[in-house]
Amino acid sequence: MTDPRLMLLSPGDSVYVLRDQIAVGEAVMVDGHTVTFAGALGLGHKIARVAVAAGQQVIKYGAPIGRASRAIAPGDHVHLHNLISDYTPTYALNKGDA
Amino acid sequence: MRGWLRSDGRKGIRNVVAAAYLVECAHHVAREVAAVDRENAHVIGFPGCYPNAYAQKMMERLCTHPNVGAVLLVSLGCESFNRHQVAEVVRATGRPVKVLVIQNSGGTRSTIAAGREWVAEQVAALSQVPTVPMAVSDLIVGTVCGGSDGTSGITGNPAAGIAFDKLVAAGAACIFEETGELIGCEAIMEARAATPALAAELRAAVEKAARYYDTLGYGSFASGNADGGLTTIEEKSLGAYMKSGQSPISGLIKPGDIPPKGGLYLMDVVPDGEVRFGFPNISDNAEIVEMMASGAHCTLFVTGRGSVVGSALAPVIKIAANPHMYARLSEDMDVNAGRVLEGAATLEEVGQEIFDLVIALASGTRSKSEDLGHQEFILTYKSFEPIGPACLPV
Repeated sequence: MTDPRLMLLSPGDSVYVLRDQIAVGEAVMVDGHTVTFAGALGLGHKIARVAVAAGQQVIKYGAPIGRASRAIAPGDHVHLHNLISDYTPTYALNKGDA
Repeated sequence: MRGWLRSDGRKGIRNVVAAAYLVECAHHVAREVAAVDRENAHVIGFPGCYPNAYAQKMMERLCTHPNVGAVLLVSLGCESFNRHQVAEVVRATGRPVKVLVIQNSGGTRSTIAAGREWVAEQVAALSQVPTVPMAVSDLIVGTVCGGSDGTSGITGNPAAGIAFDKLVAAGAACIFEETGELIGCEAIMEARAATPALAAELRAAVEKAARYYDTLGYGSFASGNADGGLTTIEEKSLGAYMKSGQSPISGLIKPGDIPPKGGLYLMDVVPDGEVRFGFPNISDNAEIVEMMASGAHCTLFVTGRGSVVGSALAPVIKIAANPHMYARLSEDMDVNAGRVLEGAATLEEVGQEIFDLVIALASGTRSKSEDLGHQEFILTYKSFEPIGPACLPV
């Protein structure tokens, strides 16, 4: 079972996309497993659906959106701390968790 | 729909006077001239003192945009911009044109007075010009996205893409852009090209953008994009690409090239040659200005974080991708595509709403940003080579 706020955009994607926000510490069901997050997550953020080894591609919209910079486990928030571009590095003022 | 027929056969959905400054030193005078009738007199201009072929072409295209009925050119007098040439180009279209040179007109106060008098005469004359019937196939529509977040590629951009498909099916020309925000989309995009040679041009344009931004050290990615859940430029690109819809890609144009017929066109906005003059488009309005220079009557602007801009000359339709942002900024947003995330509407329904709004706009309805008085405009230095023969297959 998966929380209805998690949206799968394409069948082969390695991430879900949030259609609504998740509060700090809130229990969220991801494919039958309960996970919690250290910070609030806004809509549009990504949560891993499958494990991705460091250096492997992360898939969204059925297409690669970069590579895991460290191992990603199912249920992890996928963002600047564990995903990097194959093209130009990302510039952000903060950690992208505003 | 009814529009104003121009001598080149194009039809305008607005009929405004452009008050154009030809160097930053003339900006204040142009702004003061237009300030007394902002609804009918729109300020555009080029701030640089050094000559630039791109800026010259852009200003010529903008001063002969179908939404423009008359042009006031405000020159300081010593700048390098070729005011004689742009005046001649405007005059050749049959539009009234007036050149005011501040250094020859007694200075700031008297130039403003002379400009206001001329603009008032033109506005009165333009209000008497009859309109003609207009069809969807007369329209050129651009699309940009700005202030994107993780919702843009799921709601607003695909909904704009559906509106584009409907417009293209009805014979309109639609333009999508920012090759720097199509990085990672090369393979899926080239499969939609009308010819194999065009496919190669599309790929080359995106590869050029990737090299250009790589040299600059920053992608076309703002800090707020990351706050909104986007992590990499290719992720942002895949979302931005959704604005293009599903139609075949008919051609590749550069800023100022006017689509020769209906269809879907990619605009290559990244300069040619070595990196000069800095970032290709320093902010969203630079993209809207290039859309207008290629004849766009209006622009669809999809935003997740919440941009509030509009544009001089050609109205902007604001499409909110993020329902939370819509709740905060509804006074600036024409469409709430965020409803899709809440299950309150389908992408198809929002796409139809956008299509209907374009028709309403072209029939005289005003957009939110237009009503709020947003008339942003920015034009900076660039350099381009002309497009190759494969870019516009017959």
